[in-house]
Amino acid sequence: MFEICFPEFLGARCIVSQALFGQLLIGLINGSFYALLSLGLAVIFGMLNIINFAHGAQYMMGAFVAFFLLQYVGLNYWYALVIAPIAVGAFGVLLERLFLQWLYKLDHLYGLLLTFGLALIVEGLFRNQFGSSGLPYRVPDQLQGGQNLGFMFLPNYRAWVIVFSLAVCLITWYVIERTKLGSYLRAATENPTLVRAFGINVPRMITLTYGFGVGLAALAGVMAAPIYSVSPQMGSHLIIVVFAVVVIGGMGSIMGAIVTGFGLGLIEGLTKVFFPEASNTVIFIIMAIVLLIRPAGLFGRRA
Amino acid sequence: MAVTSAPIAAAGRQGQSWSHVIAFVVMVGFFAIAPLFIYPLFLMKALCFALFACAFNLLLGYVGLLSFGHALYFGWASYLSAYAAKAWGFPPEFAILTGAATAAVLGLIAGSIAIRRQGIYFAMITLALAQMMYFFAVQAPFTGGEDGIQSVPRGWLFGLFDLRDQMTMYIAVLTIFLACFLLIYRIINSPFGEVLKAIRENEQRAISLGYKTDRYKLMAFVLSATFAGVAGATKAIVFQLASLTDVDWPMSGEVVLMALVGGLGTVFGPVAGAFIVVAMQNYLAQVGQWVLVIQGIIFVLCVLLFRRGVVGELAHYLRIRL
Repeated sequence: MFEICFPEFLGARCIVSQALFGQLLIGLINGSFYALLSLGLAVIFGMLNIINFAHGAQYMMGAFVAFFLLQYVGLNYWYALVIAPIAVGAFGVLLERLFLQWLYKLDHLYGLLLTFGLALIVEGLFRNQFGSSGLPYRVPDQLQGGQNLGFMFLPNYRAWVIVFSLAVCLITWYVIERTKLGSYLRAATENPTLVRAFGINVPRMITLTYGFGVGLAALAGVMAAPIYSVSPQMGSHLIIVVFAVVVIGGMGSIMGAIVTGFGLGLIEGLTKVFFPEASNTVIFIIMAIVLLIRPAGLFGRRA
Repeated sequence: MAVTSAPIAAAGRQGQSWSHVIAFVVMVGFFAIAPLFIYPLFLMKALCFALFACAFNLLLGYVGLLSFGHALYFGWASYLSAYAAKAWGFPPEFAILTGAATAAVLGLIAGSIAIRRQGIYFAMITLALAQMMYFFAVQAPFTGGEDGIQSVPRGWLFGLFDLRDQMTMYIAVLTIFLACFLLIYRIINSPFGEVLKAIRENEQRAISLGYKTDRYKLMAFVLSATFAGVAGATKAIVFQLASLTDVDWPMSGEVVLMALVGGLGTVFGPVAGAFIVVAMQNYLAQVGQWVLVIQGIIFVLCVLLFRRGVVGELAHYLRIRL
């Protein structure tokens, strides 16, 4: 550990390297959740033309499934990492079949209002059951402890979260942009009628896409469980920030969503070091500035 | 579509404006006798939210812009009005004007940022900006943080009427509500309002006809924010309290629910919707968190089955305009 000193405009003070890099690490962790969630939102919006307001609630459900599995079934984190996205994704498929499929021909706004209602129901039910306080979730045994890198102490679990979510993001990007399945998806986004004429079952693809996007949110929830405590309202605050991330990045590009997510997480972390009082608002301020300079978003195409 | 439907709509309005007149008389009659059998404080709360919902409906129902951050104007107006009344000793009428002016300025700033994007992005941007201002409200010293601004004096209206008296306060709130309601009605049915409706139906067409639609949208946004501000400022005086609840995002969701339940784009729908939602919260208060679940269920039902809302369905059934 050593001290780092900053010039006049950053407050002319010295801090321990751990403080700076520790915040950057938290920034990257938050960034990986922003990236995973905005990726899911972008994939869903591309296919369904719906902004999934329930995304935060589904992220929370992922964390709760992990908690249930450990508490009542005795299945650890690694099982949760597989089971929770599938379970919550299946719940998403159910929602799509029951509710969302009736809205595709209507104005976008109704999709937002309906998923907002669903988010309220889910959050309300969990709050009735578990109250508002957080429930603890243990870091898995294999990832206890950490490494001393000289300039900072790096907890193993946090390193894992960053590496794993980056890998998930890149795999998703690869599947959508570089594989046959992805080309069907992109084609169905552009012109569903034509793709159906080629004999591809587009409605089923839409359903599964929603399930996949929801599964990504649940996966983020499982990863968040050991870092933040598991609580019913853990998603509702996050989803608003993710909306701002999506506005900044623009939903036209998968890679854009990933880069914007991680980048904004880092910026937020830096803000915590230098201007802690602005750390809650910095992403919203960036959003306002981006809208003034580049209304379509950093990676967006003008509609 | 905007070209052909505007004259028809105008003719229909003249032919059927009696339905608005009758509905207005019924509404005023209800408010006149309501305090005899309903707790006045409940009525005042419902009236404040009714005005809030009407202001919101001006934007969504008549311009087609979904603002998911209207708590920003409602809540910040209530803070400024409470602060002006308590710390600066403003009389209530000036305190409410201070709140409304605050909301207008905030609406001008947020509106000019938000109208740069359309549709779904507009909703997300307004929500994000409102959340930003929520965090400012948490941190700003004058808002009192978690405690809010408490025991705000109601004062003397125009130096003549003692608002500590519940009935006097009720009459003042009712007057504010009716004045704003009629003003909003006038705006909707003015040439300006017709352009707003044209933008709602087909913005590209309105642009091609030479209207600078961004200006109209911004103007509508500022007006909506200002009326929301009047509602919030009045609520702060009535309840002698301004708190974080009024600026937080669930409040933005509630006003959407009120307008949706009552009927988007109807004149009387938001008023009915506000009464339904406030009554529901009042009577369901003892079941605690279930309010959230029930609100969610109503959202889902309204979107799937009753997109016209209560008043919209009634008007559809009776084949009149309400």
